[in-house]
Amino acid sequence: MILLVVQTLNGFQLGMLLFLVAAGLTLVFGVMNFVNLAHGVQYMLGAYLGVTFAQMAGGFWAGLVLASLSAGLFGLALEWLIFRHLYGRSDLDQVLATFGVILTLNEGVRLIWGSAPLELAMPRLLSGSFALMEGLRYPVYRVAIAGLGLAVALLLAAGVHRTRAGMLIRAGASNRDMVSALGVDINRLFRLVFGIGAMLAGFAGVLAAPLISVEPGMGENVLILAFVVIVIGGIGSIRGAFAAAIIVGLVDTVGRGAITGLAHLMLTGPAAAKVGPALASMLIYLVMAAVLALRPAGLFPARA
Amino acid sequence: MLKNLLGGLALAALAMGTARAEAVKVAVISTLSGPQATLGEQIRDGFQLAVDQLGGKLGGLPAEITVVDDELKPDLAVTKIRGLMEANKQDFVVGPVFSVVKAAIFKPVTSAGGYLISPNAGLSTFAGKGCSKDLFVTSYQNDQPHSVSGQFATDQGYKRAFLIAPNYQAGRDALNGFKSRYKGEVVAEDYVPLNQMDMQSELAKIAAAKPDVVFVFLPGGLGINFVKQYRQAGLNDIPVLSTFTVDESTLPAQGDAAIGFYSGTNWAPDMDNATSKKFVAAFEKKYGYVPGTYAAQAFDTAMLIDSAVRAAGGTDHAKLLPALEKADFASVRGNFKFGKNHYPIQDFYLAQVAKRGDGKLQTEIRQKVLTADVDTYAAECVMK
Repeated sequence: MILLVVQTLNGFQLGMLLFLVAAGLTLVFGVMNFVNLAHGVQYMLGAYLGVTFAQMAGGFWAGLVLASLSAGLFGLALEWLIFRHLYGRSDLDQVLATFGVILTLNEGVRLIWGSAPLELAMPRLLSGSFALMEGLRYPVYRVAIAGLGLAVALLLAAGVHRTRAGMLIRAGASNRDMVSALGVDINRLFRLVFGIGAMLAGFAGVLAAPLISVEPGMGENVLILAFVVIVIGGIGSIRGAFAAAIIVGLVDTVGRGAITGLAHLMLTGPAAAKVGPALASMLIYLVMAAVLALRPAGLFPARA
Repeated sequence: MLKNLLGGLALAALAMGTARAEAVKVAVISTLSGPQATLGEQIRDGFQLAVDQLGGKLGGLPAEITVVDDELKPDLAVTKIRGLMEANKQDFVVGPVFSVVKAAIFKPVTSAGGYLISPNAGLSTFAGKGCSKDLFVTSYQNDQPHSVSGQFATDQGYKRAFLIAPNYQAGRDALNGFKSRYKGEVVAEDYVPLNQMDMQSELAKIAAAKPDVVFVFLPGGLGINFVKQYRQAGLNDIPVLSTFTVDESTLPAQGDAAIGFYSGTNWAPDMDNATSKKFVAAFEKKYGYVPGTYAAQAFDTAMLIDSAVRAAGGTDHAKLLPALEKADFASVRGNFKFGKNHYPIQDFYLAQVAKRGDGKLQTEIRQKVLTADVDTYAAECVMK
C-alpha cells in the first residue's frame, strides 16, 4: 500500500517535469504548426547551463534563474537563425532540419563540456528527506519539483486564459489565418511562444539535473515522452498537456511496478520475467494508442 | 643523366617502401562520439600514453596509429575498417569498446590478415567454440566481472539478493553471471528500460523487499541516476555490489553519493605494483582525469603489441602469434597471461569507491575474490 503511495508521488513528480517540457512543445506545435524535434535540446542545454552557472554564480538558485533565461534566449536565437525559415515548409523539411539541430547541438555540447556526464548538487535548503516507509526516505527536493511544476502550470494557465497575449495564443492555436487577418503580428506571437517554451524546457532541465546524469543526448529521452504527452493531451492545449503529463508520469511509474507483478501472477518462470519488462516499457504507448483510437484529437483538443 | 635520375628515384622509392614496411600499423577503433564517448576516450588515451612512453614506437619500430570513431554503429565500423584494411593493411586493430561492434568487425579484420586485439569487449561467442588465433582479448570474458560480485555475496553469507539490470541481452548476461556464483536466494530480478531516468520505482521495491545485498549492472547514465537516487532515498544500510556502474568514467558525475559502493573488477587505480602506479601518475598528468579499467586495459594492449613485435623482430603475421601468446610484458594488473582461447587468466577483486587525498574519487581494491580465474568457455575452445 505504502509502495503505491511512493509510486504515485514519483509518478506525479515525473509528470510535472514532463509537463514543463511538453508545455512549450505543444504550444509551438499547436500555434505554429511547427514540428520541433530540437525541443529536447533546450532541456539538455538548461541542465548544462545550470551546472555551469551554479558553479560560476555559486549556487543552485542562481544557476536555475540564469540557465532558464539563457535557454530562453538561445531558443529565440535558434528561432531567428533557423526555425523561422521553416514555418511555411512541409513537415518533412521541419523534421529533417530540427533533427540536424539535435545532432549539431549534442556534439556542440560535447565539444564544450566534454562527453563525461556532469553533476549538479541539490540546493542545501531542499537536500533533506523524510521517512515515507520503513527503510525508504523520500527526498524533499522531489516534492519541491512537483510543487514548482504545479506553480508553473498554474501561472501558465493563468497567462494563457486570463491575459491578452494568452488569448491570442489560444486563438492562434485554433485558427492561425484568422488571427493574422485580424491584424495581429503572428510572427511576434510565435517568437514569444517559442521563447517561453524554450525557457520552460531549460527550467525543467535544471530542475532534473540533481536527480539524473547531465550528459549529451539526455534531451531525446524526454522529447519522446513529451511527444506522447502532447499527442494524448491534444496538440496545442495547455490543459491537455497538464492532464496527459500526469497520466504518462503515473502510468510509467505505477504501471511499470504493477505490470511486472501482474505478469508474475498470470505467467510463471522465465516467461513472466520476459513479458513483464517488455510490456512495462510499452505501456505508455499502449495508452497513447488507446487514446488515439477513442479520441483521435487527444483528450482536450485545441481546435474545436 | 636521365637514367641516373630515374634510377635514383627508383632507389629512393624502394627505400621509402621498405621504410614504410618497417613501421607497425595499428588502427585504434573506439566509440568517440555520443553519450558513451567517455569510455572510448579512455581507451584511446590509454593506448596513446603507452605509445608516447615508448617514444612513438612499438617493439622498436615506428608506430603508425590511426584512430577511428565507430560511433557505436556496427555497420559504420565495418565500412571504416574494411576501407582501412584495403587501402593500407593494418597489422593490428585495437578495439572496440562494445561487444556489438566487435562481433561486426571481427571478420573484416581477421580475413584481411590483421590481428584484432580487444581492450574491452569480451564476447562469449569468441571465447568457446568460436575462438580464433587472430583474436586476443586483453580485458576479460564478459561474464567474469559479474561473477566476482556473486562470489563475494556467497562468501559474505548474504542470503537474499535483489538484482537490477537494463532490459537487453548484456543485462541478462550480467545477472546470469552474478547468479553463476551466488548460492543464496534471488528475491527479485528487475529489468529496466535502457533509457529509464527515474529509479524511484526500483528503490521503493528494494526498500519493500529488504534484501541483504543489492547487485546492479547499470552502465552509463542509468548508474549515475541510480547511485544519486539510492543515497537520496537513504538506503544506506544495504550494501550495493555492481559492475560498470561506479567506475572512473561515471564517478565525476556521481560525486560523493558513490562513496561506499562496491564494484567487481580486474584492476583499480590504487593497484599496488610499480607499473600501475607509474601508469596512473603519467595518465593523470597528461589527461587530467583518473583512468579506469578501460584505459588500463588499452595501456596493457599497447605494451602487449610492443612485446610481441620486439620478440617477432617485425610485423610478420605468423611470427607474431607465439609472441603475442606469451604475453611477455609487465601488466598494470600484475598477474596476466592468456588462456588457450586468447582470453586473459587473471585475478579479480572487489573494489570500493573512496575519496582520495586530493578530493578526487576512485575505486580502491578491498580484497581479492578470484585468483587466476579462467572463463567457463575456454574449455570448449579448439584453436585452429
